[in-house]
Amino acid sequence: MRPAVCFIKADSSETGSDMSDSVKFRFDVDGSNFTTAGQASVQVKKNLRELGIPAEAIRRVSIAMYEGEINMVIHAHGGVAEVEVFEDKIVIVLSDTGPGIPNIELAMKEGYSTAPDNIRSLGFGAGMGLPNMKRYTDGMKIDTELGKGTTITMVVNF
Amino acid sequence: MTVKELCESAGFSPICLPDPEREVEGGYCGDLLSWVMGRAKSGQAWVTIMSNINIAAVATLCDTSVIILSEGVMPDAGVAEAAEARGINIAATELPTYEAAVRVSQLI
Repeated sequence: MRPAVCFIKADSSETGSDMSDSVKFRFDVDGSNFTTAGQASVQVKKNLRELGIPAEAIRRVSIAMYEGEINMVIHAHGGVAEVEVFEDKIVIVLSDTGPGIPNIELAMKEGYSTAPDNIRSLGFGAGMGLPNMKRYTDGMKIDTELGKGTTITMVVNF
Repeated sequence: MTVKELCESAGFSPICLPDPEREVEGGYCGDLLSWVMGRAKSGQAWVTIMSNINIAAVATLCDTSVIILSEGVMPDAGVAEAAEARGINIAATELPTYEAAVRVSQLI
């Protein structure tokens, strides 16, 4: 995967924040190579450290984002990850054009998984992805449409 | 105790130790990467039989001090190089996971 990182000064009216500006990172998550999954999360962790974000918030963002990245690779042939850093929170938006989630309630249950065996043999696909994303963030919203794709928005306060 | 000292004292074979002076603060055992990622803590020695490239990413995100591959498992091709580049320590042992963890516990 080749992460395309860019810093964007986001306008407050676009982000809905009362902050005057923010820092934004954008990554293309390559869905063709499972072994490179996680590079965006690792890069985000590094970037957040450089910004002086508290360690626990970085950890939560990294875990949630990594789970999302893995999901995008397993189920959706990749996608786009955007991380926006505000003064008191971090907003992660993961977008893909994959098959969508047929039953969100079921997908949110720990242990429920539709991942194939080859993914399980790598230590993933245990049905912990979405539950972990929810557990380690302060807010999570799933917008999904069958055959169109899924967008997951997560917020971590600090 | 540092990672280098732990490897020497426990008889773990270094695979790559780009950060040998890293302090070991406890340990964690687990092979389900999502589970480990949510629970392993910074500074812990992570004992696992998982050998694929994703362990380097998980160790980076969790900030573990060293990955200890137990049960005679060796890393897949390219893992050591990726770990080295990220500053992730990896060691290996023939010991079963439980015994490797006990040894870590006794030494640190």
